[in-house]
Amino acid sequence: MKRSVFFGAMAAGLVAGAASAATLDDVQSRGTLNCGVSTGLPGFSSPNAQGQWEGFDVAVCRAVAAAVLGDPQAVEFVPTTGQTRFTALASGEIDMLARNTTWTFSRDNDLKFEFTGINYYDGQGFMVPKALGVTSARDLSGATVCIQTGTTTELNLADYFRANNMDYEPVPIETNAEAQQQYLAGACDVYTTDRSGLAATRATFENPGDHVILPETISKEPLGPLVRHGDPEWGDIVRWTLNALVAAEEYGVTSANVDELAQGTENPEINRLLGTEGELGAMIRLDNNWAVNAIKAGGNYGELFERYLGEGTPIGLPRGLNAQWQNGGLLYAPPFR
Amino acid sequence: MSDTHAQTVAFVRESMVPPADPPLGETGIFKWVRENLFSSWLNVLLSVLSIAFVVWALAHLLPWFLQSVWDAGSLTECREIRDARYGEGAASACFAVITERWNQLLFGFYPPEHYWRPVLAFVLFLVAVSPVLFQGLPRRLLAFTAIYPFIGYWLLWGGTIWGPLLVIAGFVIGWGAFRLAEPRLGTLAAAIAAILLPLAWWFFAVGPIAGDLAQIAPIGLVRIGSGDFGGFMLAFIIGVAGIALSFPLGILLALGRQSHLFIINKSCVGFIEIIRGVPLIVWLFTASLLLNYFLPPGTNFDLMLRVIIMVTLFAAAYMAEVIRGGLAALPRGQYEAADALGLDYWKAMRLIILPQALKISIPGIVNTFIGLFKDTTLVVFIGLLDPIGLSNAIRASTEWNGIYWELFVFIGLLFWICCFSMSRYSMYLERKLETGHR
Repeated sequence: MKRSVFFGAMAAGLVAGAASAATLDDVQSRGTLNCGVSTGLPGFSSPNAQGQWEGFDVAVCRAVAAAVLGDPQAVEFVPTTGQTRFTALASGEIDMLARNTTWTFSRDNDLKFEFTGINYYDGQGFMVPKALGVTSARDLSGATVCIQTGTTTELNLADYFRANNMDYEPVPIETNAEAQQQYLAGACDVYTTDRSGLAATRATFENPGDHVILPETISKEPLGPLVRHGDPEWGDIVRWTLNALVAAEEYGVTSANVDELAQGTENPEINRLLGTEGELGAMIRLDNNWAVNAIKAGGNYGELFERYLGEGTPIGLPRGLNAQWQNGGLLYAPPFR
Repeated sequence: MSDTHAQTVAFVRESMVPPADPPLGETGIFKWVRENLFSSWLNVLLSVLSIAFVVWALAHLLPWFLQSVWDAGSLTECREIRDARYGEGAASACFAVITERWNQLLFGFYPPEHYWRPVLAFVLFLVAVSPVLFQGLPRRLLAFTAIYPFIGYWLLWGGTIWGPLLVIAGFVIGWGAFRLAEPRLGTLAAAIAAILLPLAWWFFAVGPIAGDLAQIAPIGLVRIGSGDFGGFMLAFIIGVAGIALSFPLGILLALGRQSHLFIINKSCVGFIEIIRGVPLIVWLFTASLLLNYFLPPGTNFDLMLRVIIMVTLFAAAYMAEVIRGGLAALPRGQYEAADALGLDYWKAMRLIILPQALKISIPGIVNTFIGLFKDTTLVVFIGLLDPIGLSNAIRASTEWNGIYWELFVFIGLLFWICCFSMSRYSMYLERKLETGHR
């Protein structure tokens, strides 16, 4: 194992290189995937009563584990906080991070990470009590705003209000649970965070109908899994596992029919994806049925969305931007060829 | 006598008057209330205000507690049950979350089929500490206390039994080396040998030998990684390990700070002032983040172990200062008396100085222990799932998102039980050791 530790670079921030040459080999010899997830975010990652992690981000980890190791359970989940997530990845404690992390220029380049796609297109929004009679974020001048400190949402909020020549009074809070309490207690007029978070929060209220999420989305928050710089092969595996889940939805491959379709179909694209034609698996040094395993782990993108975030869940998010490109969304998997 | 009187003096009573009860206002609760609550106008005012506040607080809290729901699968179900039982929108605690996540809050992600291991470790822990806490118990139990750390480690983390056994063997090697070398090489050389030989054994021999022995005789428990530790068990392990390790370390640091040997003195002062001068959370971040950069990638230096080390060092610095206070409070004459008896330094400390200094320091020591135990909740910031961390994780599940106070009340109760027991024990110890000097 190649060891390189740059002490000097630490002064510049979280720059570190613990570039272990082949993450894939490490993962396969270890037999488990170390996947960084959030310590708890509704719909994205949380432990259930049996101690099993579940959620939309967790499902990405399981799909990658299934593709690489053939077993969606072979994941060691490492709960990370907003502060520890990047160090855990940079230092090699985890192989990949699927923690609701916004893809930004500086994170990709300055922090030396590689985002391997976007599994959820989010954006920052506002929630206000209906009784205030506010219908647009433009009416929020002078409002008190509950805001989680130390996040990009704080900066977005400042940008938005400055750009629109409005002023506001921030009420700094630490966690989402605290924000719910403060907002319900009337400590602030407005709660702002990612729209998925607002929907999850509103769903927990006694009377969700008394609160509205304003139509404006003031930021782009493309959330996706990421890996370290310096191991493009591993990055490709994570990227194409995610793409396989998206493509599977597009072609109608689900966890229910994947075994049947993997016997061979009339559609060459499906055949290549599922490994009955071509040698795509070998190109990323995996079994040819890697995508079958990934899809069987929890289902295709659409199934995962419905199970953890969709309108059947208490969170009840519409597909919106996260629909397939034919349905007006942004999901567009490159061809498997 | 009484006969003569009865016949001659008609009005003399022939029996004792039974003692009458004191007037209502001078007895029992009325007297107590009058004297303690309403003895002056100011006190009347304060009492009325306090009672009004207590009643007001209870009126808000009691319905919430009494109308609680204990059996539901989610917050929504809780609310439905509440609406059915107590009416729409009634104040009601949803303790069903505790019912459902009870095991998780206690054991974290420890595999349920192995719950007996932490439970057994806890019971044995009580056995192991009891001879330390209570002098009345047979002294032979202390031998069990000495080997308990290895039993506890083996039960909790599992793995082959040979590892802990070989580590114990290291102590035997050190003791043997000292015994063999002392007559021939002198005390200093023997002491150095007694330190170096076991270290060499632990670092270079234990791993391979344990591996070989495990191949030959695979006796052991299923290995459970630190990542599965969580909940109150995690807080308890960190707290107890920190307390048990920081106490002796703190004594050494306190003695070192009083030492006249320049290097020992200055390094102890430096250690104490640096560790104590920086917040614990910074040390925890150092343990979890900064160390990652210094250690070569792939080194599996357990995060929990790192946290225990940091918490121990932090508490030891405080402990050293508390004990130094005790040492400083001893009259100079005690030190001189010990010298006059011809005791060497260690004997003087062990027999004369420390027993008195520690007795004086008991309240401060227990105070530090309680603080340390509660500080274990800070590990939530480095992503360890202690009870507070788990409460966040539980709130993130779609069933329990939106639940708030119930979890904090439960966690607070668990911590209160532990801290209150420590406080009671310290008062018992103070009473027992009271010799009337103060």
